[in-house]
Amino acid sequence: MQRETFVLGAVAYDPKVVTIWEGFRAWFAERDFDFDFVLYSNYERQVEAHLRGDFHVAWNSPLAWIETVRAAKRKGRHAEAIAMRDTDRDLTSVILVRSGTGIESVADLAGKRVGVGAPDSPQATLIPLGLLAERGLEPGRDFEVVRHDVLVGKHGDHIGGERDAVRALVRGSVDAACVIDGNHLLFVQEGLVTPGALSVVAQTEKYDHCNFTLLDDAPAGLATRFRELLVSMSYDDPKVRPLLDLEGLKVFLPGRTEGYAPLERAVDRFRYLDAWLGRVTA
Amino acid sequence: MTRDVLELGDIGLDEGAHVCIRHELAGLERGDELRVRGSSPTLRIDLGAFCRSEGHDLREDAGLFILRRGAAAGARDRNATRAGAADAERPDAVWERPPASFGLAPRGARVEAGSPELRFPLDEKSVVWADEAGRLYAQAAAQQWDPEHAIPWHERVELPAELEDAVVQIMTYLIENETAALIVPARFAAQVHPHFREVQQLLAIQAADEARHIEVFTRRALLWRTELALSTAGGQASLATLIEEPDFSLAALLLSVLGEGSFLSLLWFLHEHGPDPVTRAVARLAAQDEARHVAFGLAHLARHVELEPNLLTRMASAIERRHLALSTTAGLNAEVFDALVLVAARSYDPAAIRRGYGAVVALTVEMDKGRRSRLEKLGFDATQAEHLSSLHTRNFM
Repeated sequence: MQRETFVLGAVAYDPKVVTIWEGFRAWFAERDFDFDFVLYSNYERQVEAHLRGDFHVAWNSPLAWIETVRAAKRKGRHAEAIAMRDTDRDLTSVILVRSGTGIESVADLAGKRVGVGAPDSPQATLIPLGLLAERGLEPGRDFEVVRHDVLVGKHGDHIGGERDAVRALVRGSVDAACVIDGNHLLFVQEGLVTPGALSVVAQTEKYDHCNFTLLDDAPAGLATRFRELLVSMSYDDPKVRPLLDLEGLKVFLPGRTEGYAPLERAVDRFRYLDAWLGRVTA
Repeated sequence: MTRDVLELGDIGLDEGAHVCIRHELAGLERGDELRVRGSSPTLRIDLGAFCRSEGHDLREDAGLFILRRGAAAGARDRNATRAGAADAERPDAVWERPPASFGLAPRGARVEAGSPELRFPLDEKSVVWADEAGRLYAQAAAQQWDPEHAIPWHERVELPAELEDAVVQIMTYLIENETAALIVPARFAAQVHPHFREVQQLLAIQAADEARHIEVFTRRALLWRTELALSTAGGQASLATLIEEPDFSLAALLLSVLGEGSFLSLLWFLHEHGPDPVTRAVARLAAQDEARHVAFGLAHLARHVELEPNLLTRMASAIERRHLALSTTAGLNAEVFDALVLVAARSYDPAAIRRGYGAVVALTVEMDKGRRSRLEKLGFDATQAEHLSSLHTRNFM
């Protein structure tokens, strides 16, 4: 009897995605686990394919997770987050301003130009704009949103949009820029930002990022084995370490979903998914 | 275990504070805590991002940041292998067959497990190593001479036209021979496993020596002329068999022991008979370098023969094979031979030519003697050495 291959869907936001999943595939094969992957150019196509049953597990951005949960729910189905990276937990985004410009609180951003990333980036657009809205500043009404649309459909996985927003901030064409917390350090390291040149005017609450998503029709035995293998990967293993480095983690952890609340609220507030959901579940 | 508080003052992670933190964490075990205090405005945010990406837990308590060292820290070092020892004299310093995974890591370094496998074809100590390599390299480095100042370029002596022509012909020949002598070590330098550091360095400096020789021979040729002389098909055919030899040991035999060995005699001949100070100087300086090349070739081949006696048979076949390949070519071109005679004679006066001719014949006898002596040093008996020397290319190199 032919063994069933467990298939993962992932978005090719960068060429390294191929290296990562080819590497994991070989690592799984050494553990007698038949694994393969398919790549999509954008998360919406991936979510739709997942709902169709084209593959078994999705490596989802937080927005793709919410898309899957909501679309599945409308179809009377159920999605589950089975694993995530250690680095997917407890992220924050920050709103940066140039130091010494007199912008010291969220209220000071009224009437200003706020640079964000791609429109579908949870970390550089949706969650920070949600924060400002919750604190009384409605995007587009109380301040101008300046988008940096790099690779739309990839949900900001490629940090080009954040980099462009910070570049605009340094240049002075925007008054604030929204980035994931770790990118403040990264952009200093890259020389894009002088240490101390930027200040943090607001920090979001903690939120979670990607997860491995299953739908209720996934083969249970294979899914369990996949999850076991993921969480068994050790940074001490020289074969898997370069892949973990590329994927940006030290260890895979069990999935959890409470960290998606800030994004859920932003998506609801901006009715961000309404049109897409209507089309997909029509 | 808990350490005292690491006081960062106002330095932020965007100004390098993470270097201090990593340094402190390196002294801790997994699960140990490090307490950090600082006043940088973005410390909380940056520390959060830092700990998340490095796999440490972070919490705050009473104005202190408390980092708990994660499991991943130090992983690169944990299963690393020590790649021999930097000092070749130490026991087990140089591995018999360093693995491909040592790659470009310096000998003596700790190599992280899982490093990419870089294949270097010359990865056997028995094939490439000579205990003298380090000493010869140091000597070579110390004896590098500056072509601008080591040669008395200002002592321009205008020779009779035919004598100058002869010198230019000899220089043309020397340049193309030295080009072959550059290509061979340069090619093998890129094939030697970097674990054999001294050998790689020696091959590299050997190539650099030849580059300098090419420069000074060219400058000498152009002292009074704007063009070089004839490069012959026979000469190039002979050199082609040299640069096409793919085996490191056999190439070393043909180039260093036989070719450069013979060249040594030729360069000393030019030092003695050169008609002008510049020619004599370039020949002398090149000869000093070539002597080292010959010494290394002899040293690693002698060691190799000791470990693999069958190498002698392979060497003999290589000499015969090359002789066969060159049997249909002219060998040393008449232009070069005659130029050498004229240089030794200094003029076309028949009596002088007789003297010059005698000197060149004596040179070839000297070359043969040197080749036989070196072949015997490698382990051939006198009869074999005589026979093999007689098969050496008439092109000298």
